[in-house]
Amino acid sequence: MPTQPDTVLLGHGSGGQMMKRIIDDVFYEAFGSPELLAGNDAGVAALDPTGRLAMSTDSFVVTPRFFPGGDIGRLAVCGTVNDVATSGARPRYLSCGFILEEGLPLADLRRICASMAEAAREAGVTIITGDTKVVERGGADGLYINTAGVGEVPEGVELSGAACRPGDVVLVSGTLGDHGIAIMSQREGLAFGTTIESDAAPLNHLIAAVLEAAPHTRCFRDPTRGGLASTLNEFASASAVSIEVDEDAVPVRPEVRGACEMLGYDVFQVANEGKMVAVVPAEEADAALAAMRASRYGENAAIIGRVGEPFEGGRAPVRVRTAWGATRVLDMLVGEQLPRIC
Amino acid sequence: MAADERDTASKTTPHAAAIDFSAFRDPHLVRKLVEHIRETVGSREINLMEVCGTHTVSIGRYGFRSILPRNLHLLSGPGCPVCVTANRDIDRAVALARVPGVTIATFGDMVRVPGSTSSLAAEKAAGHDVRVVYSPLDAVELAAAEPERQVVFMGVGFETTTPAIAASILEADQRGLDNFSVFCVHKTTPAALRAIADDPETAIDGFILPGHVSTITGLAPYRFLPEEFGIPGVVTGFEPVDVLEGIARLAELVVAGTPAVENAYRRGVSDEGNPVARQLVDEVFEPCDAVWRGLGELPSSGLAIRPEFARHDASRRFEVAVEPTREPAGCRCGDVLRGVIAPTACPLFDRACTPETPVGPCMVSSEGSCAAYWRFRDGA
Repeated sequence: MPTQPDTVLLGHGSGGQMMKRIIDDVFYEAFGSPELLAGNDAGVAALDPTGRLAMSTDSFVVTPRFFPGGDIGRLAVCGTVNDVATSGARPRYLSCGFILEEGLPLADLRRICASMAEAAREAGVTIITGDTKVVERGGADGLYINTAGVGEVPEGVELSGAACRPGDVVLVSGTLGDHGIAIMSQREGLAFGTTIESDAAPLNHLIAAVLEAAPHTRCFRDPTRGGLASTLNEFASASAVSIEVDEDAVPVRPEVRGACEMLGYDVFQVANEGKMVAVVPAEEADAALAAMRASRYGENAAIIGRVGEPFEGGRAPVRVRTAWGATRVLDMLVGEQLPRIC
Repeated sequence: MAADERDTASKTTPHAAAIDFSAFRDPHLVRKLVEHIRETVGSREINLMEVCGTHTVSIGRYGFRSILPRNLHLLSGPGCPVCVTANRDIDRAVALARVPGVTIATFGDMVRVPGSTSSLAAEKAAGHDVRVVYSPLDAVELAAAEPERQVVFMGVGFETTTPAIAASILEADQRGLDNFSVFCVHKTTPAALRAIADDPETAIDGFILPGHVSTITGLAPYRFLPEEFGIPGVVTGFEPVDVLEGIARLAELVVAGTPAVENAYRRGVSDEGNPVARQLVDEVFEPCDAVWRGLGELPSSGLAIRPEFARHDASRRFEVAVEPTREPAGCRCGDVLRGVIAPTACPLFDRACTPETPVGPCMVSSEGSCAAYWRFRDGA
């Protein structure tokens, strides 16, 4: 038997024998769902008849591809699962498209696929279709992954970033900034010793628990790139309200805070991959908080702020109140703060 | 006691990054200091200038403008290295980037600053080799790794950054890396303070002196402020309590009419500074006249690479044609840097000029006064 190559070759994207082998040996091996193994161009699978579908897609280009607490594969599954779940849907099925650079070690690809399979298992989603392309060396940075996901939206669930009302309460499911700082700590030229790990995690079970406990939840959003600052500004803008955050109420690990000080970052603008922001009516806030805290990945959840009446004259709608009673605007990040982080 | 808590924390946390800042962020202490400042200032109009860009950012981030008395004016000074870099120097960097075989390495903020007609970011997008590094030593490694490229590090910054630049030149020299050079636009702080103190258009009552720069310089270079101009200065740190302690002490000196230079940042700054770092800088650099945005040419306010390191001096090694300098119309960065106006008084602020579409450098750098005012505007 001829020796198998140990890196990705252009032939792996040829549509021929080599491609079949990489699909069989790597992708089917990791993701072998019946729908995928059927080997058709489209994965066909059952959905519960709730009448509404939620769908989302996301592409992942993070560097480095392995980092403390995760890898690009775990991100690719969690990112899309979380995006689908923020609608209140139960994520069910994923597609995954790979763009591989010639020369990528197959061992890396296997490890990433195993990590995707593990994250999918945890989230309870099935990968039912996929695609592989190989580009010449230099045409990509190792590999890029696109995932798309679908889920069923339960009856009566109507979540929207435009649904926030004055008096509502803002919650976050845990410590902020872990992912962005974990990635940053690994960067070439900037490596600093740290035990901070990425928080990449599927949060669909946490969301389901919160919805159960706080059925009038207005919206969820995962504060990925742009961090909490972007998420709250999006909510405030879509709902035409103001939002005030209590700086001291926002959970941040001391080592993340320290790293942000050192790098000059605002932790509220740093990316997260395993955190959820929720806006709920005040009377359901305690129940939502309890549900978050009882969920995996939600033990550090906190109530961090509240929704207020809109300001006059187009003034910046999101404010941070410091422990000493001062306020400042919390704006969206302009330009780039971090390298490719998801 | 807060200090005891700090000691305990340092014993129990093994990671360097996990510094316990709580003692310097004690809300009770912050409120007391604000109250003390309010009582000290009374109804006087007092202008304080924070020289350092990091202080500008801290003041914004802590929301101090929303709780300090309105008649205590905090003006941002010339302490953002990117901001004080003259257009002509940015144009020269752009010209260097266009030289075949040259790789420009510099700090991130520098890349986005618009020059007369281009920027390093625009040159990068046009296919020229511009790379962001976090340390000049990374640029040395780049030169070692890519011997076929001429790596030019664009060095900006004040006394805090120059020792590292000096070290990078010595390192490249020792390793015989002929393809590493520095385009040196470094500046020294005291000359700028003198220009501002001497400027009839400004009316600074006291200087909040830079914490980081002073770790190198010590206090001696600031003594001329009280001695020649009767203006006090206080060196302070960057945590909420640090900043307010500095402001409080400065307000006391202003009100008492007893100008002096004091150090309110003893945990970071010793009165004599860091002579080892200064010696390193002296070994590689010599003073030169330099052009500052807003302040013009100031004698002995810049650093030039000494002739014995000429092979690492990009301005000696590369003859480039620099385009005619054009200043952006309406941009008042120069007046902002001198403390003549607050950023919000510039007609372009938050209109034509935002961090997304910056007209002047003070809106580009995260430490720039305009960017800090924009980012942390309190909406009042």
